[in-house]
Amino acid sequence: MASELDLSRDRLDAPFARRVEELSGENPYACYQCGKCSAGCPFADYMDALPNQVLRLVQLGDASALELSAPWVCASCLACGVRCPKGVDIATTMEALRILALRRGISPAPVTPDRPCPQIALVGAYRKLTP
Amino acid sequence: MNEITVFIMGKGYRVPAGLTIMKAMEYAGYRLARGCGCRGGYCGACATVYRLPGDYKLYADLACQTPVQDGMYIAQLPFTPAERPAYTLGDLKAEGQTLLALFPELARCVACNTCTKACPQKLEVMDAVQASLRGDIRGVAEFTFDCVSCGLCTMRCPAEISHHHVWQLARRLNGAYLTPRAEHVQTRVAEIAAGKFKAELDKLVTMTKDELVAAYKARQIEA
Amino acid sequence: MKTIAYFPGCAMKDQARPDEAGTLHALALLGYEVTEIPRWNCCGTVYSLAQDDLMRHVGPVRNLVRVQGMGEGRVLTLCAMCYGTLARSARFVAEPERLARINAFLDTEDDFRGGIEVVHLLTLLRDEVGYEKLAAQVKRTLDGLKVGTYYGCVLLRPRLFAVDDPDRPEVMERVVEALGGTPVAFPERTECCGAYLTVGRTDIVGDRVGRILRSARGGGAEVVVTTCPLCQFNLDERRPAGAPTLPVLYLGQLLAWAMGLDEPAVAALVSKEPATGRPVSTGV
Repeated sequence: MASELDLSRDRLDAPFARRVEELSGENPYACYQCGKCSAGCPFADYMDALPNQVLRLVQLGDASALELSAPWVCASCLACGVRCPKGVDIATTMEALRILALRRGISPAPVTPDRPCPQIALVGAYRKLTP
Repeated sequence: MNEITVFIMGKGYRVPAGLTIMKAMEYAGYRLARGCGCRGGYCGACATVYRLPGDYKLYADLACQTPVQDGMYIAQLPFTPAERPAYTLGDLKAEGQTLLALFPELARCVACNTCTKACPQKLEVMDAVQASLRGDIRGVAEFTFDCVSCGLCTMRCPAEISHHHVWQLARRLNGAYLTPRAEHVQTRVAEIAAGKFKAELDKLVTMTKDELVAAYKARQIEA
Repeated sequence: MKTIAYFPGCAMKDQARPDEAGTLHALALLGYEVTEIPRWNCCGTVYSLAQDDLMRHVGPVRNLVRVQGMGEGRVLTLCAMCYGTLARSARFVAEPERLARINAFLDTEDDFRGGIEVVHLLTLLRDEVGYEKLAAQVKRTLDGLKVGTYYGCVLLRPRLFAVDDPDRPEVMERVVEALGGTPVAFPERTECCGAYLTVGRTDIVGDRVGRILRSARGGGAEVVVTTCPLCQFNLDERRPAGAPTLPVLYLGQLLAWAMGLDEPAVAALVSKEPATGRPVSTGV
């Protein structure tokens, strides 16, 4: 993710932010960027943007959030949501980004188990990572 | 003659009532090179989908088994593209995750039951998918014993499962590993290996054609 | 005997069969007649978090319709993930418009009327059996065995569906105590193991598992218990080289052992045939 954000108005894609809000049922604008979600995220180390940064992109209506790997690394463990002082369920926002990406034909690597996996893992992976 | 109207691939035809879809298509002038096989409901080649006027439902059936109805909209599905990974039965084990390892897309089932509704054989197809998912190979084999591999469930499945190939593997595994062996066959095979019939077989090999014909004609035949 | 409807889920019929067998044996000793719901299907394992993804709720709701058909008002799960999907879907579709849409889709089933309670084993043991009654059934105390109690995610999050306080849970610790063990509430016990990332990101899951096991060992745990078959799989199978080697068990195995069954006896309870739709009470 870029370390500098271009804040010009013409980059603002409000319909994108609205769509994420509709799909997630969460208000992205409630976030005041305290970073508690990122501090407690067990997967933050593996993400190309931290959870609070992903949320910031959504606030800005920046659809480049769909190109990030972070939503695919998020395992929906909901640690972020229970800790958010503003009650934003960030994992649900991540789910909205995954679903939007999948519906627009952007998908992560195909689900191909490299080692044996039980049903419970495969079902979960297919549900989260394939359209 | 009592005639009704059917629409085949979008074009209307007057055909006699009481014909099957397949016969109606031939009556209308179609020459069926694909999508037609045994004409007896066994081979599964004539998968067909249709709708009836005033009904939102999409019906699926075998063309050779289904009578035409007035106003029917009909399309043939002569072939179902479906993925079947290569496997060697002898290298597989009939255990929990064997089906899932070769057909991981089974895990995409959302239990919508569309497959069951599409089955012309009235099989509990979704139950078979669920049994596959939990590794109940014998259950799958039993649920799908009467599957004719028409592919209609596969065409309708939102999870994009290739059902009939999974069922075939389950039945093969069931037959090869889970069904009890027929003991008398094993006994006879052992007897043959031990040379019980060697003298008779050796004699047959040395006989002339005329001797063989005579022996064949003189054989004991069940009454 | 109390009767209770039971939703096993895929894992209990495959890799988690010792958990099922052990738990059902323990429940029989505790006075429960457990009946598997007929023709159940996969719960979906992960709950769909999107507002418009009603199709992903069809699986869970179809199971709840089966529970309703049995005349039961609640259903028991042993698996944490089944608990999460069933409990959350039951609430999601309680909203009248969603319920109407899902019932219209499930046209071949009875309409779901809602109101089915989804119960996890841990809450059943705490709220209905009680720790005292559980302790009274112990035939063989764990004798102070140091048991790391691993919750993972779904039992504790989101808050609305948590079986206990998401930050300071104690139900599993109290169960271990009732069995005579010494619970080890290690720091990583509520942190995610990586769940379904195990399919494509074994690197991440391996790191997580190493951390969790080191945390458990650091707290002095001799074994780790869980109620989630996916946690159990990851902690056991995705253990990186050099990580602590302590055994990872299902709570059901521990329950059964404390109630007098040894390992071969648990294995013997695992029926030869994968079962569906018949009473699975072990008739102790």
